[in-house]
Amino acid sequence: MQVGKYQLFVATIFVGMETQLNNEVKIMRLTKYLSIVVAVLALGVSGVSSAGMLDDIKARGHLQCGINTGLTGFAFTDDAGNWQGFDVALCQAVAAAVFGDASAVKYTNLTGKTRFPSLNAGEVDMLSRNTTWTYSRDVDLKMTFLGVNYYDGQGFIVPAALGVTSATQLDGASVCIQTGTTTELNLADFFRGNNMNYEPVPIETNEEARNSYLAGRCDVYTTDRSGLAATRASLDNPQDHVVLPEIISKEPLGPVVRHGDDEWADIVRWTLNVIIIAEEKGITSENVAAMAAEVQKDAELNRMFGTEGEYGAMLGLSADWVVNVISAVGNYGEIFEKYLGVNTDIGLERGVNALWTDGGLIYSPPYR
Amino acid sequence: MIIQIIVVIIVLSLLGFFIRNTVNNLEALGAEVGYGFLFNPSNYDINQHLIEYSSRSTHLRATMVGLINTGLVAVVGIVLATLIGFVAGVLRLSSNFLVNRLAYIFVEFTRNVPVLLWILLWHGVLIHSLPHPRQAITIYDVTFLANRGFYVPKPLLDPLFWLVAIAAVVAIIGAVIFSKYAKRKQELTGEQLPVIWINSALIVFVPLLVFWLTGTPATLEMPVFEGFNFKGGIVLSPEFIALTLALAVYTGAFIAEIVRAGILSVSHGQTEAAYALGVKPSWTMRLVILPQALRVVVPPMISQYLNLTKNSSLAIAVGYMDVVATIGGISLNQTGRALECMSIVLLIYLCLSLSISAFMNFYNKRISLVER
Repeated sequence: MQVGKYQLFVATIFVGMETQLNNEVKIMRLTKYLSIVVAVLALGVSGVSSAGMLDDIKARGHLQCGINTGLTGFAFTDDAGNWQGFDVALCQAVAAAVFGDASAVKYTNLTGKTRFPSLNAGEVDMLSRNTTWTYSRDVDLKMTFLGVNYYDGQGFIVPAALGVTSATQLDGASVCIQTGTTTELNLADFFRGNNMNYEPVPIETNEEARNSYLAGRCDVYTTDRSGLAATRASLDNPQDHVVLPEIISKEPLGPVVRHGDDEWADIVRWTLNVIIIAEEKGITSENVAAMAAEVQKDAELNRMFGTEGEYGAMLGLSADWVVNVISAVGNYGEIFEKYLGVNTDIGLERGVNALWTDGGLIYSPPYR
Repeated sequence: MIIQIIVVIIVLSLLGFFIRNTVNNLEALGAEVGYGFLFNPSNYDINQHLIEYSSRSTHLRATMVGLINTGLVAVVGIVLATLIGFVAGVLRLSSNFLVNRLAYIFVEFTRNVPVLLWILLWHGVLIHSLPHPRQAITIYDVTFLANRGFYVPKPLLDPLFWLVAIAAVVAIIGAVIFSKYAKRKQELTGEQLPVIWINSALIVFVPLLVFWLTGTPATLEMPVFEGFNFKGGIVLSPEFIALTLALAVYTGAFIAEIVRAGILSVSHGQTEAAYALGVKPSWTMRLVILPQALRVVVPPMISQYLNLTKNSSLAIAVGYMDVVATIGGISLNQTGRALECMSIVLLIYLCLSLSISAFMNFYNKRISLVER
């Protein structure tokens, strides 16, 4: 099996091609399907080699992270053309953990369709691409889900002029859906469960779905509530559109790696965990250096800062890896407020994504 | 010869290498290649299904729905493209300056823009310029045009309607027999019967008569606006209209050039010879020019028909649920079985293309010069 590199090379060409096409006008969609097939065909040895992904990544000098093709708040380019966002921050955190440098990341933009084949083919080391943790993805597709960084749920947005106050009044409506996600299934279940009919209008990207909704091609647009908030924020008159109260599905979003390398999975999992613990303990990107410099009364803090025990070495990382992570991206609350919070365009409340100590669901096992 | 054999061996071993590696690696990951998922419920709805389908149907059924939708676009598109192509191709040769320039502009503007842009443009125009169903443009409250589709009444057939269908079949058989009779009579006596008129009358009026005699055994279900949308009737979705029109017009522009080339390939001496014998211009076209032109036209037409069929896979751009959007799209996503789904899509297109090819080759053989 010496040929893994060759296969990876082929996969890289095709997936790379697709990434570029995504950024340009979507010419030659067929290339995309071809690229999926080839990416899968080329499921190289690289994809399966289980020993030492961390060593491979260190040798390569950068992390390869699969992110969304563009979703306000979660993955977007800033004015300088750099990728930013709630999901992107996790890639940066992992890079900071491994290299002590949050910028040692190469991003690959993946669509709903290409994300799993790309991860499996070894094209990316991890996915941080608002991916819902489900049974079949976990078990059947052999993905390893490493926790939840955002608890989402599918909802509906309608024009206020329609006078609809509940999703159960939508019998006979035309519904715009973004394909390539779990939304089609939830929608079909919801309408069948309520004995209602609808006309599904499947659309490839969030942007096109928004346009079709505004043009009146459909009465209602459905996607995850965070996505709805982002879409609503981007409309000219947000007050003319209402998000209906129903949440028709559970969409726990989180980072994913492929089956087979538990050490690597541990690194990504605990990077997410320490970000959450940091918020709980009041460690921020500003005070982390100062706090790490002196011995804390709280032993958990000393363990995290690497001043007590050999916790970094257990993961194959430096003793101060947590300090690197937090000083690079901040704690969970900081990341949330920076990209999604009430002061951003999306303006999401913490809601169920508050810390468990504040009545939310965000919780991390202890660092000991 | 030796080089050819070596090339074949290299290609085959490369293919075998990829397939073996894929299967091995998938197995190493613990994910076996299998098509069992096709028999599980699909769990998604499809807006346009010509056969019975719901979210409880299987993925296989969803594939069938997609295949039928692809077939519908292909068939309607090919017919329209051929019509557009022939008209534009003939107009392109018109001696009227304005007409041939307009045809020229149409051809060049259409075929020099990627078809995906045409599809998106048609779709955008349809959904942005047409009104909401509430304010639909209507023709006598029977058909409605809105940005969610073109709504027409749907005929509901009573059991007695099969008599009408039988009458239509009988009329068509009668028309065929009559035209054979007329041809023989012309060959024997030179007398010409008004075949077109008599046959048209036969095919139109015989079923109509039976329809009236059996007491009009069909009613129309009118589309009625109710709640959010029209209910009842038949709807042509803007996605279907946009895709079909864009493909037909685009491919039609190519066909126009093929037709023009075909007609030009017949030497002008043929026309002059026919005129010298006193053959009418319309007959000259039908009996002298076209049969010879077709020999040039048909082979490149095969490629155009194949192109149209394969280009219909761009349907996903506007959300038309063809075979790529169903089994190669949502099914793939729900199940994550990329390799299996894509292999099915590949196989379907291969079969579609090969059948079109086979049919057109058969037709080409029929019209080609018979050497004695």
